[in-house]
Amino acid sequence: MLKEEREFLAVFNFSYLNIQPSCKDKGKEQWDKNQDSETEMGNKQTIFTPEQLDAYQDCTFFTRKEILRLFYRYRDLAPQLVPLSYINKPDVKLPYELIGSMAELKDNPFRQRIAEVFSEDGEGNMTLDDFLDMFSVLSEMAPRDLKAYYAFKIYDFNNDDYICKSDLEKTVNKLTRNELTPEEVSLVCDKVIDEADQDNDGKLSVEDFQHMIVRAPDFLSTFHIRI
Amino acid sequence: MGRKKKCALQVIMEDVGMEIDGQVESDSESEEDEEGEKATRKQHSKEAIKSSGHERKKQNKNGEEAELEEKAEAPRQKRTTKKKSHKMNDSDGESEAGEAASRKKKREKKASGKDQKEAENKEKQTNKNRKEQDKKQKKNPAESSSSSSASNSSDEESLSEEELMRLKEQVEEKKKLISTMRNKPWRMVKKLALLREAQAFVEQFEGALGKGKGKKFYTYKMMMAKKWVKFKRDFDNFKTQCIPWEMKIKEVESHFGSSVASYFIFLRWMYGVNLVLFGLIFGLVIIPEILMGIPYGSIPRKTVPRAEQATAMDFSVLWDFEGYIKYSALFYGYYNNQRTIGWLKYRLPMAYFMVGVSVFGYSLMVVIRSMARNANENTGDGDDNNFTFSWKMFTSWDYLIGNPETADNKFASITTSFKESIVDEQESNKDENIHLRRFLRVLANVLIICCLCGSGYLIYFVVKRSQTFSKMQNIGWYERNEVEIVMSLLGMFCPPLFETIAALEEYHPRIGLKWQLGRIFALFLGNLYTFLLALMDDVNEKLTEEVVIKNITHWTLLSYYNSSAMNDSAVIPPPIDPADMPRGPCWETTVGIEFVRLTVSDILVTYVTILVGDFMRACFVRFVNYCWCWDLEAGFPSYAEFDISGNVLGLIFNQGMIWMGSFYAPGLVGINVLRLLTSMYFQCWAVMSSNVPHERVFKASKSNNFYMGLLLLILFLSLLPVAYTIMSLPPSFDCGPFSGKKRMYDVIQETIKQDFPLFIAKIFSYVANPGLIIPAVLLMVLAIYYLNAVAEAYQHANTELKKKMQMQRDEEKNKRNNKAMTSSAMQDLDHSLDPSAKSVSQPKPAEEQIRLYQKKQPCRERSKKQQPHQLWERRNACTTTTLCDDNTTTKA
Repeated sequence: MLKEEREFLAVFNFSYLNIQPSCKDKGKEQWDKNQDSETEMGNKQTIFTPEQLDAYQDCTFFTRKEILRLFYRYRDLAPQLVPLSYINKPDVKLPYELIGSMAELKDNPFRQRIAEVFSEDGEGNMTLDDFLDMFSVLSEMAPRDLKAYYAFKIYDFNNDDYICKSDLEKTVNKLTRNELTPEEVSLVCDKVIDEADQDNDGKLSVEDFQHMIVRAPDFLSTFHIRI
Repeated sequence: MGRKKKCALQVIMEDVGMEIDGQVESDSESEEDEEGEKATRKQHSKEAIKSSGHERKKQNKNGEEAELEEKAEAPRQKRTTKKKSHKMNDSDGESEAGEAASRKKKREKKASGKDQKEAENKEKQTNKNRKEQDKKQKKNPAESSSSSSASNSSDEESLSEEELMRLKEQVEEKKKLISTMRNKPWRMVKKLALLREAQAFVEQFEGALGKGKGKKFYTYKMMMAKKWVKFKRDFDNFKTQCIPWEMKIKEVESHFGSSVASYFIFLRWMYGVNLVLFGLIFGLVIIPEILMGIPYGSIPRKTVPRAEQATAMDFSVLWDFEGYIKYSALFYGYYNNQRTIGWLKYRLPMAYFMVGVSVFGYSLMVVIRSMARNANENTGDGDDNNFTFSWKMFTSWDYLIGNPETADNKFASITTSFKESIVDEQESNKDENIHLRRFLRVLANVLIICCLCGSGYLIYFVVKRSQTFSKMQNIGWYERNEVEIVMSLLGMFCPPLFETIAALEEYHPRIGLKWQLGRIFALFLGNLYTFLLALMDDVNEKLTEEVVIKNITHWTLLSYYNSSAMNDSAVIPPPIDPADMPRGPCWETTVGIEFVRLTVSDILVTYVTILVGDFMRACFVRFVNYCWCWDLEAGFPSYAEFDISGNVLGLIFNQGMIWMGSFYAPGLVGINVLRLLTSMYFQCWAVMSSNVPHERVFKASKSNNFYMGLLLLILFLSLLPVAYTIMSLPPSFDCGPFSGKKRMYDVIQETIKQDFPLFIAKIFSYVANPGLIIPAVLLMVLAIYYLNAVAEAYQHANTELKKKMQMQRDEEKNKRNNKAMTSSAMQDLDHSLDPSAKSVSQPKPAEEQIRLYQKKQPCRERSKKQQPHQLWERRNACTTTTLCDDNTTTKA
């Protein structure tokens, strides 16, 4: 499975490689131009209408600039798929393989889960909206409750709205790259359930998770991606 | 005419607003029949909203609330005042005033019913509807002239009060939704749709209620918050960058666990302390001496003796710290006893003494302060360990990591930290034969005490023998070095022996490390004791030698002065070259050299051990493994583990040497700073390159107070001999800053006597009086006793509280468990009640969401409030659940 993935990724990259640099440069140029003509209300309208930008600003924790920057990041992943104008709301989705290869995500053991949780189809294929959503939640300004909600979803591997023991085992194995013995893993999982389970049903509900995570000292500082 | 007037008024009303409504109303009643009124009332009431909305839009700069208030109070007053004015204008209005009032009441009653209806389906009302009504009204302005305006105004008052409040609330709600949209865990599509809806709503009705000024302020606030966060992040980064070797230590920690890292943190702390000491000594003693003291070669103590001059620059001599190094500012003997030096009149002897004292003072203060702080931290986060594993699981991965190497380190560190916690957990869960374990522990302790006593006696015996040997002539190499050989053999074999014995005890590795440290410390104390004993012998020998030489120099000087007295020139110095002057052995410099040599040889031994024992072994195991009969990596030699106890003790004893020697060799601290600096890099490299993590990676105790405790003990032990030499041995007569004085501390008395006013000297003599000192000491002892008792009491209370909290938590859990069942029952109840409620009012989905959300909040609060009654509720839990179950069944 993993091997296949990797192969696919390689092919994907290869096929894009010839076109990517020029497009990237183009995107960057445009970005620079945007930066320059920011005050003159120049190029912005070509990508988003001002209303769209305002709406995005209201729906995310980003400023105008950052939204545009994220758009270019998104576009750089597949320049020939993503159009340069979002005024007509084109229905574009980038496959998970591209999203997961971003520098910010590629070393994250939970990257696939993150993409799955934030994508609308649940398989990691993301539209620009999903993309903005993801980085908005993971940004510094997002409040603890929102982050906790999505963290719960990320760690809930089987999407049953409870973090059960199999989810925990998956989490531990991802965190330690399978370095712990099965006994140790099960001990850790039992301890986690023992600590955080408030209602003794053998699995963690959202409330259990939030109750535990709001007391964690470094949840906010670790659960965010700077972009 | 009246009609015309009214029409005009109506027009004005539409333009200006309700301010004139009262006026219009008062004179309108008589001219219209009631039926017409009824027909038009509906339209008018609706129009009222509209018109008021229009006008508000025009004058929306006024605050809506002010207007509302105005409206609430204005009508009554206006009516009365304007009625009076109408009496002046229209005579027919007077009589109808009372009637009008009664009618108004009726109308209001009717209107209120309509208002309610309107309120309910207000949202469904479209603009078209209103426009139609508008048109209707415009078509027959005559019809709706005065009476309509009357009803209009009366309806409007009630309407605007209730309606507008409601509107305002909803608009506020929507606004709140817009501003918190980004906090909602919804998909972007939904968010955008809801946002559009809310914005449209707000735009439609905001005009009626004044414009929100919050948005700009909000964006400004957000921007500032972002800037602040960014600044804080940058500042934090800067702070961590300022901490030396933080990254190195973190890297070691991620691979070897916090216990190994604790050694490096201790090393770094020690480096900091030594840097301060270095600054003190160099800044206040060595540099002034070099800059302003008499130059080399001017007086005997600053010159290499004639006999040594030939070899004074040879490396072998310098390596032994003889020759030029011995007669340099690095050692005690070089300093002159002049009271002040240079143009600054710097009191060097005084500074030398004070720096020597303050080195100890500062070290004591720093050690004790850091111990106290660690203790504070320990008690500070007492109950934070209920979620150790959960937090490790869910918050340990740093989502910021975007580079494979860091990611590898992070994986390693998470794995190690999990392992550490697992070890802790296993230890706490272990319960076997407690009697056997106790027996084994006692046995182990007995064995180790036997070992310690044996080695102590062996040292004592060897030292005694060496004293007899030293008196004998022509002894062999073994006899001369017997003490050193025995000591190093003990140092080599005892620690592993202790470790094997400690395996019997089966302590948690963290506690095991402490025991091991304590035992080896006791063993090394013997080392220290022999060294000091040998040194004291040396010093005594030198002292007797000195007396002889002193007599000789006295005699030569005396004879010289006698001869010069004959020549009538008593002041000129003796014409002997300073290198040829007979001089004393200067025991202080000897002691200093002894300590410097010891430190340097210790450094070399440590580094060679690391190089051979760790690095060469690792190389051997790694590369010879290809052509060896058995598996070297997994089998016998294997890779070395990092020896925490040995390294920590090495560091501590080394520091003891520095403290003892720094008074007699001011340059020693400089050497130590270099040593710590190099060993930081060298050992980090050695650990990362050639050691393997411990088999059971264990978590270091958060405060390394145990290390600090050992350090404090060593500091005290090293303070004793120095204090003894300062207080009771006479300084050498011809070298060092205190030469010519009876005792070294005389320098203080001299300064007080000569440089301070008389009364300070008096106060000083009173303070130094034993009659004052002994009570003071007594007081301190009592204070210590009292504070200790208080601390113990607090600790007791703390543990009690912790127990209570644990109990409470358990109860809470149980209670929640019961409550989960009851709440499900309550939900069923809600469902049975819900349909009827839904049919009455069908709010839009967004509002429903918000309402549900708001509904939840008080519920939660209620549940929180109930928690204090847990005990009672727990007792009654079973009964309540059954009762609730009954309820649901019956009601369903």
